[in-house]
Amino acid sequence: MTEQPMVRFENVSKRYGALTVLDGLNLDIARGEKVSIIGPSGSGKTTVLRMLMTLETINDGVIWVEGEPLTHMKKNGTLVPADLAHIRKIRAKIGMVFQSFNLFPHMTAMQNCIEAPITVLGMKRTDAEARAAELLDMVGLSQKKDHYPSQLSGGQQQRVAIARACAMRPKIMLFDEVTSALDPELVGEVLEVIRKLGREHDLTMLMVTHQMGFAKEFSDRVCFFHAGKICEQGPPNELFGAPKNERTRQFLHAVLEAG
Amino acid sequence: MWDWAFTWEILPVLANAAILSIEATLIGFVLAATLGLVLAVVRIAVPRTAWTISVLVELIRSTPLLIQIFFLYFVFPKFGVVLDAFTAGVLAIGIHYAAYCSEVYRAGFDNIHRGQWEASIALNLSAWTTFRDIIIPQAIPPIVPALGNYLVALFKETPLLSAIAVMELMQAAKIIGSETFRYTEPMTLVGLFFLAMSLVSAALIRSLERLLNRRTMR
Repeated sequence: MTEQPMVRFENVSKRYGALTVLDGLNLDIARGEKVSIIGPSGSGKTTVLRMLMTLETINDGVIWVEGEPLTHMKKNGTLVPADLAHIRKIRAKIGMVFQSFNLFPHMTAMQNCIEAPITVLGMKRTDAEARAAELLDMVGLSQKKDHYPSQLSGGQQQRVAIARACAMRPKIMLFDEVTSALDPELVGEVLEVIRKLGREHDLTMLMVTHQMGFAKEFSDRVCFFHAGKICEQGPPNELFGAPKNERTRQFLHAVLEAG
Repeated sequence: MWDWAFTWEILPVLANAAILSIEATLIGFVLAATLGLVLAVVRIAVPRTAWTISVLVELIRSTPLLIQIFFLYFVFPKFGVVLDAFTAGVLAIGIHYAAYCSEVYRAGFDNIHRGQWEASIALNLSAWTTFRDIIIPQAIPPIVPALGNYLVALFKETPLLSAIAVMELMQAAKIIGSETFRYTEPMTLVGLFFLAMSLVSAALIRSLERLLNRRTMR
């Protein structure tokens, strides 16, 4: 028996009215795999992450996490749409970092990192604080734990957001264009934290990114999305070095041209 | 024209009645603020109730408070619900203003960035925790001025309770007037009292606003 994929998208479709954003997506992601999703805007790449985080419902298909259905649950041998309790149980395995950070502005960095561990996992405050302190240290912000988001730079806010997501001990981490809202000089510090996370933690990572250099260096696999489908996927050196698909070539050419 | 001796004579009676007016205001407003919040939260948290709640809110806002007071006091007993005048009156005021407050809260919730809800989902917070710790603390400070306006408005409507003979300020003044045929002093005093209390509450709300802003707008 081969090992179950960490995440499986099985024939998943997403439509907004007449607009089909994702069209019968099939994608398996192995435990510990680092997958980058690239593609032009409107290709459905962010929707993939949002569906997995259950921020969007799906119209067709099933999403599986570690062999268990996320969007559905088993009832009398058939799959029925999941109720909230089931969704919450499965999505506890998933964490997400957003393009616009989405820190809680009325809480300090520390409070941001202990809120969910205390209220969802039922951790004791002292334990939650100890863990949050470790994580803030990992992202290089132990000096800033009592600062509010508005007192932090964009890069620092994003690093707190990464620590906050890690505090819930997810098995899968989703990164949605996490450097797109940052000034260029702050991109590096956030990417460095993600690298470190990849090295030191046994995490499955799925990221939507425009940082082609980072995708090439960091990921095990790159998926190129176009018009709601995976147009081409493969190891980064193949996809970037010798793209087979014409659309991939055009996209990479345009992106690399722009610098 | 103005009789100072008469003024001093009626002052204790009016002062006593003023306490009841303030009580009615405070109880009514706590009821309005709490029930309004509950309505606004349930409307978002349980989408299938949204239609019922908006119809209810519209119904309450679109009929005069006086009619609602009469309804609770004179009509409810027909259905076996007998309330004393003060309870019926304060309940009516509280429910009436809860409808207005719920719209204020709703505006406050609408102003919360979608990313705050999404981060709460990504952290797997329950709906209850999301409202209590994330949404409400951010939504309330900007709407304090609007809630404060309703506090003052509610206070100025407590004389309606005199219609069902609650011994609040207006009722006391009316009784003094009908017994002595002097209305100048009691009505003037009542007016001045409302003016003074409204100014005091407006000042209190402003300082509360400043306090909240200092705490949230770092």
